Amino acid sequence: MELSNNNTQFSLYGIFKTVLVRDLVVAFRHPSDLVNPLIFFMIVVTLFPLAVSPEKQFLAQAAPGVLWVAALLATLLSLDMLFQSDFQDGTLEQLLLSPQPLYIGILAKVMGHWLLSGLPLTLLSPLLAFMMFLPSEALPALMITLLLGTPVLSFIGAVGSALTVGLRKSGLLLSLLVLPLYIPVLIFSAGAVQAATIGLPIIGHVALLGAMLALALVLAPLAISAGLRISLGS
Amino acid sequence: MSFSSFSDFIHMGGHGLYVWISYATAFAVIVFNILMPMRLRKQFMVEQARQQRREEQNASHT
Amino acid sequence: MWTWFHRLGSPRWFYNISGRWLPWLSVAAAILIITGTVWALAFAPQDYQQGNSFRIIYIHVPSALLAQSCYMIMAVAGAIGLIWKMKLADMAAKSCASIGASFTLLALVTGAVWGKPTWGTWWVWDARLTSMLILFFLYLGIVALHSAISDRDQAAKATAVLALVGLVNIPIIKYSVEWWNTLHQPATFTLTEKPAMPAEMWVPLLIMVLGFYCFFTVVLIMRTRFEILVREWRTSWVKEILAKS
Repeated sequence: MELSNNNTQFSLYGIFKTVLVRDLVVAFRHPSDLVNPLIFFMIVVTLFPLAVSPEKQFLAQAAPGVLWVAALLATLLSLDMLFQSDFQDGTLEQLLLSPQPLYIGILAKVMGHWLLSGLPLTLLSPLLAFMMFLPSEALPALMITLLLGTPVLSFIGAVGSALTVGLRKSGLLLSLLVLPLYIPVLIFSAGAVQAATIGLPIIGHVALLGAMLALALVLAPLAISAGLRISLGS
Repeated sequence: MSFSSFSDFIHMGGHGLYVWISYATAFAVIVFNILMPMRLRKQFMVEQARQQRREEQNASHT
Repeated sequence: MWTWFHRLGSPRWFYNISGRWLPWLSVAAAILIITGTVWALAFAPQDYQQGNSFRIIYIHVPSALLAQSCYMIMAVAGAIGLIWKMKLADMAAKSCASIGASFTLLALVTGAVWGKPTWGTWWVWDARLTSMLILFFLYLGIVALHSAISDRDQAAKATAVLALVGLVNIPIIKYSVEWWNTLHQPATFTLTEKPAMPAEMWVPLLIMVLGFYCFFTVVLIMRTRFEILVREWRTSWVKEILAKS
């Protein structure tokens, strides 16, 4: 009895690890897929001083919003790699047909997406924060909100991605579906960074972002698996 | 009655433009919502009738 | 109880029964809306602060309420369609999307027009208007997803999932937008929150709200009946109806 229990536990962890490692290996074989969202992030941030004003005061004020909007758009563009190629080579169908709970497999896929998009963005953000003259006391807030917020973006984005996988020209449609749902994360994250620049506590914002992450962690995989089943017609 | 004359009613104490724009938009949305299903239905009926005729013609030819 | 539920799921039964309700509901909607409009425009007293521009409330509030409940109805109908595979619910959900979008647009336009005499600009990033705008985007996303998927059943299921995700998100969006709004511009006074409205002001508002809901039911039934005809045109009873007209 105990043995079989251990066995199932191992297989749950096993499928999580297998899917995650596979996604990471595939991504590292195409480094451009990894680097492109980061380059996009940097370019979008660069556009703002050019478009509005390179003045230090203005940039420092706009920095929280600009950095967060750019990070959000970069995450959005990286959603393509989540299900599309797996759909084309049939791996996605395998995942759906496997006897293991789909929930775990999806969790692994979203986690992989975050490791390849949200985490690098977070690590890159200090550099851009300096270029945007973000006050240094707001830097921890920026990184914490990115660390907590980008996984939520990955989860919500995965719902939209699951619903549009296999459709022609899904890119623009995906952003239409997903962007309105990103608004709460954007408001609280950018608000937290803004609060940090003027020395206000951000614990409330961080707690709310954590709550959103917990909610997304529980509910989003259900919607994602429903979406994948619908899109693959099974 | 909160207006003394018809021109007062149109004028709305200087806010006539805004009030009438709002009510006109509401009217337009209501009419659109009524006409849209009617138009779709009509189109569908015409389509069906055409198909019916085509089928009958085919049947008579063969 | 379950036989009733199954009968409700039958498009034919719904088509017949709704055909009998439709005239009554239409008359009720027309009477309510016309009474409400006349009362609102000519008889309701003007507001001591906003003057006659206050009369926009009689359009703005009912359409905003309707826009929100329409989304809820759409999501619930979509869920019923997903869980019990009830075709009628799918059709109702599809019909809700475009009706809801049109009323959201109406709420947005009237809110913006109201902003001009109240705040002096055509658009204000007010909490209510902003969350209405986001609701409009959610509706547009649903309509876009529906038109992008060619298979009818797949489109119904996919939009149902999207609507449910949106339904979970709407309270969060509303809360976050309100929080954002108080942070950026302390609300001096909002459009619709009035302390103790006198009866001659809120009675016509109530009539308008009821009228709008009746109207929504009428249009929803009309559209759903049309959807039934389109989807069931191969069945003999629909052919009979088509032959009659």
